Amino acid sequence: MVRLITHNLLACHVKGCTSNNFPLEFKDVQVVLRDSEFNPDFLRGFIPKIEWPALTGAARQLGDTSLPDQLPEMQDDDFLKVLHHVLLEIHVEEGTMICPNCKHNYPISNGIPNMLLAEHEIG
Amino acid sequence: MIPTPDLSHLRAEDYEHVYEPAEDTFILLDALEQDADELISMKPRISLEIGSGSGCVSSFLGSITGSSAVLYLCTDINPRACRCSLSTGYQNKIPLQLVNTSLANPLLARLHKSVDIIVFNPPYVPTIRDEVSAAQLDREIGGSWAGGEDGMQVTDTFFPQVDNLLAPHGRFYLVAVAQNNIPDIQRRMQEDYALESKVVLQRRAGREHLSVLRFKRA
Repeated sequence: MVRLITHNLLACHVKGCTSNNFPLEFKDVQVVLRDSEFNPDFLRGFIPKIEWPALTGAARQLGDTSLPDQLPEMQDDDFLKVLHHVLLEIHVEEGTMICPNCKHNYPISNGIPNMLLAEHEIG
Repeated sequence: MIPTPDLSHLRAEDYEHVYEPAEDTFILLDALEQDADELISMKPRISLEIGSGSGCVSSFLGSITGSSAVLYLCTDINPRACRCSLSTGYQNKIPLQLVNTSLANPLLARLHKSVDIIVFNPPYVPTIRDEVSAAQLDREIGGSWAGGEDGMQVTDTFFPQVDNLLAPHGRFYLVAVAQNNIPDIQRRMQEDYALESKVVLQRRAGREHLSVLRFKRA
């Protein structure tokens, strides 16, 4: 289950690919929604670590437009519930993530992203 | 007493390819349990286990710090281990986030000084040097134990990543054996990265003299 919280933390790590290597772009994805326990404290603590435009962009690629363009200053429970759903309940089960810079393809299979590189690609 | 995670869904066939929890796993669980109160009170947001194998350790950590309170990231170079970890998370109701990769490579750019708990039970068994590279490239069970010279070849590669990833108040738990030269590990981590350490648990298991080290920023 590649959730958007994890996608927001993954960058291309091919040797020499160090700029514009995040966020990875989704292609040909299969998405499953799964309920998970709402924990506002966790979300509030995690917000500073989120790269916001990367998250909203990824959500849109998966057809979810519920997040505002800017991170709101007032983070009430209604907003946190939307954030919870986008970060934690949308699971990409199959598909590919593509580096915007070097175009390396990282496949996702059975919910697990394959970020392995061939020997000559390792920095 | 925190129960050992339920692994009844894993089969003998899985353990032909993925390291089966053994004494080195259990000493790590015991070290985490011993620190349970501190781990809860530090309110961690992100944990990262390198080489999660069966998924036993992160599932156990999740039962200490709470299934929804922490993002449990796990990596393994072995795709089959990733699938086992994921299913062990499901079985124990701890959502583990698996990434099939070597060490923390694709996470380094985004998790700079952000990981609260890092856990690594590395391939620590001393072997000849070439055996490690082959075992890691093979992405199979051999990669879970073959450690090269002093059993430190993979662990040494990870140490600079610990410095990169560990949050200011974070902690890093590492399993080691006597042949890894524990005083030397502690001296190097202090000198190279100002990471203070303590041997928090020691135990003899058959021929292995196992330790768990805990590192914090000085």
